[in-house]
Amino acid sequence: MPAMPVTDFEKVFQDKVDKEIKIEPRDWMPDKYRQTLIRQVSQHAHSEIVGMLPEGNWISRAPSLRRKAILIAKVQDEAGHGLYLYSAAETLGISREEMIDQLHSGKAKYSSIFNYPTITWADMGAIGWLVDGAAIMNQVPLCRTSYGPYARAMVRVCKEESFHQRQGFEILLVLSKGSEAQKRMCQDAINRWWWPSVMMFGPADEASPHTAQSMKWKVKRFTNDELRQRFVDICAEQVKLLGMTLPDKDLKWNAARNHYDFGPIDWEELKNVINGNGPCNKERLAARVKAHEEGAWVREAAIAYAEKKKARGNKESLEAA
Amino acid sequence: MKELITKYYYGDLEGGTSSGGGSSPAVSGTRGGTDVAWPLWEVFIRSKQGLDHKHVGSLHAADAQMAVENARDVYTRRQEGISIWVVESKYIHASNPDEAQSLYDPANDKAYRHPTFYDLPDELTHM
Repeated sequence: MPAMPVTDFEKVFQDKVDKEIKIEPRDWMPDKYRQTLIRQVSQHAHSEIVGMLPEGNWISRAPSLRRKAILIAKVQDEAGHGLYLYSAAETLGISREEMIDQLHSGKAKYSSIFNYPTITWADMGAIGWLVDGAAIMNQVPLCRTSYGPYARAMVRVCKEESFHQRQGFEILLVLSKGSEAQKRMCQDAINRWWWPSVMMFGPADEASPHTAQSMKWKVKRFTNDELRQRFVDICAEQVKLLGMTLPDKDLKWNAARNHYDFGPIDWEELKNVINGNGPCNKERLAARVKAHEEGAWVREAAIAYAEKKKARGNKESLEAA
Repeated sequence: MKELITKYYYGDLEGGTSSGGGSSPAVSGTRGGTDVAWPLWEVFIRSKQGLDHKHVGSLHAADAQMAVENARDVYTRRQEGISIWVVESKYIHASNPDEAQSLYDPANDKAYRHPTFYDLPDELTHM
């Protein structure tokens, strides 16, 4: 095949993206596209795995067997999501080990929301409703992202994510109809998880220099502010069914805009948490590193066993011959 | 954040010790001092109502039995499948997308293979 200048490859690539044709692992893609996706998909994967920790905290103390089984299933799903995403990232030319090293060394980030502690059972409800809710808002459009393996992973994730959100809301609903102490616990969890969830959508559009390129490449389908506004609009209605409030005195329906106005976000806090100064950053990372190091013997044993079986199989077939 | 990314194509990964490509193996253990990697497997699942196995994703596992069990844990949590195939990724051969135009060219001018090509009277039934 005759050599084509890179600009022609880029044209063919952008053409595919514009026509909603998926880019697959063996297709030509700009280096920047590949790097952006590796960063985004691997950090998404890290978020799922680290995200197992705040909820894992309550598995041993769930109020009933039913709640415990459900929470285990949810956390198990998050592990699966991490796996789909690591696999998708690997198709871009990075190894699992390298991604894990990046997480453990602090080089790679994960969603800031998981650096907050889960201090009551109601936190399980708030996380399911708000955190998974925000994740769904972000992930549904990603089902149509330009990179094939990432889009397909998102389709799978979205199917599983909806029970997560319903499970969370149900927890809060039950608490909201309970004793005074339970109602207070419910409102308190909402008060602590609301703003961090709003921050999950990332910096404001004007402070997000990569957004324009990501939109052109259809890595991103909606801007941060667009998704954030949608999230606020939906939660502002849903919270009414709980008989609770969102901790924002500026939250108000604006008929002219046809959206809810909401208060200012504390970007300093987001920056701090992202940079490692959140309440649980060190704890989360330490837990991951420990799990990896203490699990090394399992990985080694698996290989040793596989080799032993193979050798035994070879020996038997040699003897049979 | 400058990363050195080895741009080998998916499916060309070397199972086993670090290839000359430079990236370290996924999931490794040490045995006798050398790193050995868990190979990559592609997973295909046939659902209860399905007629064929569909590709659902990939995973790393030490051998075929572990690959099947892990595939069950990861890809059939909602009773999606009654049959699982796992194939080591290195055994999958794929057509080259760059050659798609020439590879599929023979079919482009043969519209007569489609039923709609044939103009037949509306009174004709059962055809």
